[in-house]
Parts: sequence; structure tokens; C-alpha cells
Amino acid sequence: MKEFMMIFSSEINESFGPSPEQMQSNIQQWMDWFGGIAAQGKIVSANRLSFEGKTLKPNNVIADGPYAEVKEIIGGYVIVKATNLDEAMKLAEGCPILNHGGHVEVRSIIAMNG
Amino acid sequence: MSEKELIPQLFKTEYRKIISVLCNLFGIVHIEIAEDITNDTFLLASETWGSNGIPENPTAWLYTVAKNNTKDYLKRHKTFSEKIVFDLKLNQKQSEEIEVDLSAENINDSQLQMIFTICNPIIQAEAQIGLALRILCGFGIEEIAEAFLTNKETINKRLFRAKEKLRTENVKMVFHSEIDVKSRLDSVLATLYLLFNEGYHSSTQKTYLRKELCLEAMRLNYFLIENETTNKPIVNALMALMCFHASRFEARTNEIGEPILYDQQDKNLWNEKLITKGNYYLIQSARGNELSKYHLEANIAYWHSSKIENPQKWNKILQAYNQLLLIEYSPITALNRTYALAQVKGKQTAIIEAEKLNLTDNHFYYSLLGYLYTDLDDGKAISYFEMAQQKAKTDNDKSLLSNKLNDLKKKNNSLLGFS
Repeated sequence: MKEFMMIFSSEINESFGPSPEQMQSNIQQWMDWFGGIAAQGKIVSANRLSFEGKTLKPNNVIADGPYAEVKEIIGGYVIVKATNLDEAMKLAEGCPILNHGGHVEVRSIIAMNG
Repeated sequence: MSEKELIPQLFKTEYRKIISVLCNLFGIVHIEIAEDITNDTFLLASETWGSNGIPENPTAWLYTVAKNNTKDYLKRHKTFSEKIVFDLKLNQKQSEEIEVDLSAENINDSQLQMIFTICNPIIQAEAQIGLALRILCGFGIEEIAEAFLTNKETINKRLFRAKEKLRTENVKMVFHSEIDVKSRLDSVLATLYLLFNEGYHSSTQKTYLRKELCLEAMRLNYFLIENETTNKPIVNALMALMCFHASRFEARTNEIGEPILYDQQDKNLWNEKLITKGNYYLIQSARGNELSKYHLEANIAYWHSSKIENPQKWNKILQAYNQLLLIEYSPITALNRTYALAQVKGKQTAIIEAEKLNLTDNHFYYSLLGYLYTDLDDGKAISYFEMAQQKAKTDNDKSLLSNKLNDLKKKNNSLLGFS
């Protein structure tokens, strides 16, 4: 089994303002999808990224927000176990971000001490 | 009450108190000496109470005799007592004369330390439960052997090895800080959880014994709640979980000890008092930010204990299983999660996810597929239930599955006009 990182990103939508009910149903879609992978025992770790963040640039320039000057924002990532990239891509199927104009990038992980 | 009833009762409540105080005094390495002194105390009680009558205050009698027995022991074993006095002086606990302190406060502290000492991950899980039953719950070797479906010799060996481990690893009974409590509390709760499950799912047919194991786990858990140092949200979460499960004890087996499945249980037999208690501890567990696996399992058990069908029920259960799997994967959680998914999103969706689980060694996996295919494709359902039956280990599971198969076959025969 190898480890793969799935990175979830979507375009920044300034007018995005979901209602609490939409938020709730959104979270649930994600949890149902995660649950399906976790039920196969294939989740290594999962994290959401909050909107709080800054970007450090050369010469100690600090930009506000993680999303300054980019079109896309990374919303979170998850590390999964799979035998190969094809299987990892199969696990990515059904990811809720695909319904919201976003995409999943699947990358294989190389251990630093390997 | 005759002494024949009273002594076993006192054994269950006072044995661990006396032995804990003695171990606290001598150090856990000398647990066998503490056991001998405590056993002699109870032996004397059964010898004299029968002929002389029960003393006015039986507990105080036991404490006095335990104190005297200890003094006698120390007089007879000079080297041991010199060593103990030396160790105690080192800790500046006591002067020349060794006194056994059986005050309420010291009993309480010693018991708490004893629980933490025994529920220790360095001891193998099975041996941990055995030792907890022996020392903390005052169970006889025979009872423990029965609970584990094995013989006295095996249990004796297991307990001996566990005590040996405590000795060689030189486990300290005292804990020094909040952090110490927190990290060791996890293993204490793990042991109590195991003890409860051993009772709840035990293969022994003796219903009273199974109930007794569950009750002991609850008693010990309650002891942790009564103590300020250990009354943490996570401890309350485990207590809530146990209360909800225990509430169905009367409903989950028939007169001859065969299991009755959840959806066929007589809900009037569910214990209201325990459900109310479960609700209380569940609320207590919600203090703070921690969301442990016990919280999630208690949450699931809460929904299962609700007698009124609530449209939210299965979705709440599904969400809790999703989170539980992210904390800790286990095949049984994965299967239960898929069952909940079927209730929320329908059997078709659940079948797709079930077939990805790949738990082909597990008979519950085939039962689940059998259940999911029932009504959608009864032919497939029947063959999955048959596979489950082949893999099932206990007679109870086998007979439950053959009932299912008979029903399903009957139904299909009548559809085809055969009956």
C-alpha cells in the first residue's frame, strides 16, 4: 500500500454565501464521502483548512490571506492508502467538490526517510 | 442476613479496598503479600462469624483484623518489614511503627491508584480484565474462568504473569500530575470498555455472569466519576454508553439465553431508569471540546435507545459512524456504518459501498450483503446468508441465520406458488 494525497481546490467565489442549512448539508456530503473511504480503512489522515492564513514572500513581505493573487484556493486535503494511482483515483470519485465547480488533485507521496 | 450471604457481598465491596490500601503501603511489587493478608482476613471472618455470630459492625471488624494480620505478618517477616520501613522512611511517609491507614480518604485514594495501576497497557488485554476482575471486583478464580470459557489453571497462570509484569516493570502506584492522569486515564477507560464488552458479547451462556461483568465495569466507571480528579467528560461519555447498552439487557435475550435482535426486541423491557441515566451522563460528557470515540458511540447508542421513530435518527447515526471511522477504523464500525447508510440513502447506494468493504473473512459482512439484497434480489440474498452461515462461529449466530434463510426461502416459494 502506498500513500496518496488528495488536494481539494476550487475557484474563489466572492459572492459565495451559503445559508446555515446549505452549510450543514455541505458538511454532511463531505462526511458521507469521507465515511465511505474510511469504511474501507483507507484514510490515513484528513484535515480541513480554515480561511485564516497569511502568505510569506521574499524579503519578509507578508500578504494577507492564503488566497491573495491566486484564482484558486485549497480547501483541504486528505491522505489515503491505495495500491496504486488508479485505485487512489477511484477513491476520489464522488468527491462533493466536483459538484461545486472544484476539482481533486491526487498525488503520490514519497516518504522523506525512504 | 446470614454470614453465608454477607461474606460474599463484603468480599465484592471490601476486598479491593483492603488490598488497595495494603498495596499502597507496601508497593505494588508486593501485591501477593497484600492478597495473602486480605484473604486470611476473610477466611477468619467465615470461620468465626458462623460460630460466634456476625459482629455489630462487620466492615470495621474486617478492617481491624486486616490491621492486626498485617502487624503479625510484619513481625514474622523481619527482613520484609525492615525493607518496608526503610522505603517508607525514604518517602517520609511514616515513623518507626507501620500503621495500616484504613480511613475513608486513604481507602478512596488507594482504590483510585489501584485502578490506574492494574489498567495498564503493559499488561496484555485479557490479563488486564482478569486482574481487574480479581483485584478490583473481588471475583473468584472460578467465576473468571467461566467468563472466559476456560479453566482455573489458565486463569491462575494468566494472573500470575500479569502480576509478574507489574513487578518487573516496577509500576508506580502514585501519579504526579494532571498530564499523568490524562494519559493513564485512556488505558483505564480502555480496560473498562473491554470489561463491559466481555460481559455484553461474552460467549458464556450464563446470563447472570454476563450482567455481573457489565455492572462491575459500570461500578468502576462510576467510581471514577465520583472522584474529582478523574471526573472528565470522556469518563462520562463511556458511562453514558454503558447505561444505554445496559438498558436493553432484559430485552436482548430470551428465557434460554438466545439473542433477540434489536428490531425484534420488546421495547417495554428496555430499562427506562438506565436510559435516563445515560441521557444525564451524555449531557455531562458534552463539557469541553473533546470528541472521543466514546462520545460518538454514546451518541449512536442514544439514538438506538430512543423509542420514538425520529426521521433524523438514522442520519444522525450515520454521521456519528462517519466520524467514528475517521478516529478509528474497525471492520464492525464499517459494517454498521453501511447499514446506517442503507437506512438513509437506500439499499442500492449501500450495496455499492458495501461491495468495496472487502471484509470477506467476516461473517457479518455476508449477513449485511444478504440483508441489503433482500427484496432487491432474493436469490443473491439467500446465497449471501448461506455464506454467512458457513463462516459464523457461534451456535447462536448460526441459528439466527438459519431462521433468516428459512423465512426468505418460504417467502420465495410462496411467490412461485409452491406453498
